[in-house]
Amino acid sequence: MLRRKRWRFAMLAILPTLAIFAWVRIYPIAETLRLSVHKWDILSKNKPFIGLANFRELFSDRLFIEALTNTAIIAFGVLLITIPLSLVLAALIHHRARSRLAGFYETAIFIPHVVSLVPAAMAWKWIFDAKLGPLNNLLGWFGVAPKAWLFDPVLAVVCVIVLCSWQALGYAVLIYLVGFKSLPVSLYEAAKLDGATGPQSFRLISVPMLKPITLYVSVVTLVSGFNVYAQAFVLASDAQGAPGRQVRVLVLDMLENSFRNYRVGYAASEAVVLLLIVLLLTLMQFSFLREKGGRT
Amino acid sequence: MSIADARPGEMTAAEIALGRSRRRRRRAADRLIDVLLTVVSCLMLLPLLFLVSNGFKTPQEMLAWPPTIIPNEPTFANFSAVLRDTPLLRWIGNSLVFAVLSSISILATSAIAGYILAKFPFRSLSVLFMVILATAIVPFEVYMIPLYFQAQALGLLNTTWGLLLGYLVMSFGIFLIRQNVIHSIPDELIEAARIDGAGELWIFWRIVLPLLRGALGALGVLAFFQAWTAFAWPLIVASRSEAYTIEVGLALFQTGFTVDLGRVSAASALVLIPSITLFVWLRRNFVQGVASTGLKE
Repeated sequence: MLRRKRWRFAMLAILPTLAIFAWVRIYPIAETLRLSVHKWDILSKNKPFIGLANFRELFSDRLFIEALTNTAIIAFGVLLITIPLSLVLAALIHHRARSRLAGFYETAIFIPHVVSLVPAAMAWKWIFDAKLGPLNNLLGWFGVAPKAWLFDPVLAVVCVIVLCSWQALGYAVLIYLVGFKSLPVSLYEAAKLDGATGPQSFRLISVPMLKPITLYVSVVTLVSGFNVYAQAFVLASDAQGAPGRQVRVLVLDMLENSFRNYRVGYAASEAVVLLLIVLLLTLMQFSFLREKGGRT
Repeated sequence: MSIADARPGEMTAAEIALGRSRRRRRRAADRLIDVLLTVVSCLMLLPLLFLVSNGFKTPQEMLAWPPTIIPNEPTFANFSAVLRDTPLLRWIGNSLVFAVLSSISILATSAIAGYILAKFPFRSLSVLFMVILATAIVPFEVYMIPLYFQAQALGLLNTTWGLLLGYLVMSFGIFLIRQNVIHSIPDELIEAARIDGAGELWIFWRIVLPLLRGALGALGVLAFFQAWTAFAWPLIVASRSEAYTIEVGLALFQTGFTVDLGRVSAASALVLIPSITLFVWLRRNFVQGVASTGLKE
């Protein structure tokens, strides 16, 4: 009786949240999956079922391949810069945790992660600017010829990677700092008694002990890398889609197919590819963690 | 070593000297680390500093090399020009309303659902929780196109409600509150209140919510910044200038042909300064919220 009453309260209380959740999460996710196997151009009424034809077309679509390649390069590029750098920075900040400047370091490195994306990207757009930008001037001191950073298709990808890494770094450092605080102090004291230097205990204790955190931060960085859009939009697009000036990324290609080419079903199949990538990364993280749990 | 262990009180002069030099070397290393970290911190902030300073520069000074951090002849011309030519304040207002409403909705839904999922052991609820966790993995970008058509069908394009549609709930928020309830509110407390004859609603309102204040604060700041910095969703939902959020407005403003860097910088600075101030003010909450995203295990 009492249990029944409690059950009724729980259901009633959770119902509104559940309804919203079904409405703005479950339904659109299901709809993405459904649309991906249908042909639908916004204008026509009927949406014929076409099986996997969208997916088959995707992998012979030059623009999609370009978008997928760029996005993957960006995601892994950000990963390669962010992880080692943030691990070292977090170790140094943790080492100086008692210094008066520790709060300043943390805040300064974290601010790029919280500031609005577009204004921050604007700052970098100026830095990379071919004529006005300080980067070309700075490189000029070392005898490097000025480059059109944002116009060159390869260099523009590098610029997006730099911008994304600058933003991702703060988050990674913060998570690593939480990790460092959870490591047992006794381990380091023992190492010190055995004559280990700071860098040695970093390499032989911290790095292996923080492996689960490294895994987590890597997956988060990769997933957000695969969803990159605003950064590429601001840095590498000028007058609305002028050709040759864009770093084509997955989300951009998806939105273009949906809203410019009116091929919603096709865009949905791209979304499903993005989802599969993210799922794969997440599953990899869990299986690695389970493996580690099994060993200890 | 063994001798020193045997007689801890007495050290030879050589040992003392060795310890002193080691300590001195360590202190020098710490100074070096401090210098390195200060340089890195300043480099991280430098792009933003330049952005703000560029907003105050005349077109001539923008060309100067090396660039000045403090403008020689600061001018407000850029600021008055962007405020005159673009509805910047309106965009900021749109973003503000959107972010506040989104935070309220996320806080309300997360608090209730998180509490119910933590303290009511019914099988149907644990299935529900698994579903919520599973959808948390799906990035927003994956389902935003169908969501756009939902907004369109409801006639919500170019409205705050349309923006809100994508940011009403946060799976992570529900998860965060559930974890907090499990760790910080003992079952006995709720049982005792029930025995005293308290209603379920009263318990939630008077006992659970006050105990969750810290977690809700962190989540609220997280939700606010999430909406404030949203980009792809506002970009497709708002197609009319008066409905833009500040992110979208700025991004499209800077693609115009006649726009010069000074004005873009001024507009960006106007957006950055309040959000950095807000961040520094709410830093504790924010860091706590973000740090908790890493504790999913």
